[in-house]
Amino acid sequence: MIKILYFAWVRERIGEASESLETEAKTVAELIAELRKKETRYDMAFSDLSALHVAVDQNLTDFDHPLADAKEVAFFPPMTGG
Amino acid sequence: MKISVQTEHFDIGAETNAFIKLQNGVGAVVTFSGIVRELDDSPMTFMEIEHYPGMTEKAIRGIVNNAVKRWSLGDACVIHRYGRLYVREPIMMVATSAPHRLDAFEAAEFLMDYLKSRAPFWKKEVTQKHASWVAAKDRDEDALRRW
Repeated sequence: MIKILYFAWVRERIGEASESLETEAKTVAELIAELRKKETRYDMAFSDLSALHVAVDQNLTDFDHPLADAKEVAFFPPMTGG
Repeated sequence: MKISVQTEHFDIGAETNAFIKLQNGVGAVVTFSGIVRELDDSPMTFMEIEHYPGMTEKAIRGIVNNAVKRWSLGDACVIHRYGRLYVREPIMMVATSAPHRLDAFEAAEFLMDYLKSRAPFWKKEVTQKHASWVAAKDRDEDALRRW
């Protein structure tokens, strides 16, 4: 079971802040492909990956990052702190 | 080293003075504060800042640790708010101290560049007519390359 978090407009488009999912996905990219097949709102949210960042277990990483042992995956737009 | 992610308003002057009181052997303190800017076109009602609890503190700590490795610093402080903020309220501040000013200045700029695009905060501007997420700028990403 993996926990998935969404922030900012990704959260708004998907309509949820977090969810738990049983998945066979081996990488972040595979997880995204699985989510996109679920429903249109996911497909829309993940349609342009260049506009998205991912963190696995609270560390920024790439879409090819493996999910073995991962507990938490977060998707969000580029950060705007400061 | 002080790192605070908070909803509460803070007093930039009081935080600066408190930071200075903790210092030993430094001759330079640089502070930067970001405040909620008024929008050009329509009056902003408020700014809403979202963050990633758990990751935010960790990400900021990592950024500050990198600054400490790279410059000869006495100390560093980062305060960043989230939640609902109004025009002219402080959003965040950084303070750096060093024996000499160059290290303090450069480290403060480094901290700001990284906090801007590597700390998980997202700003939304809300006016009476609409609400829109602030888009990251290409120049924010470019700014990281100089380090």
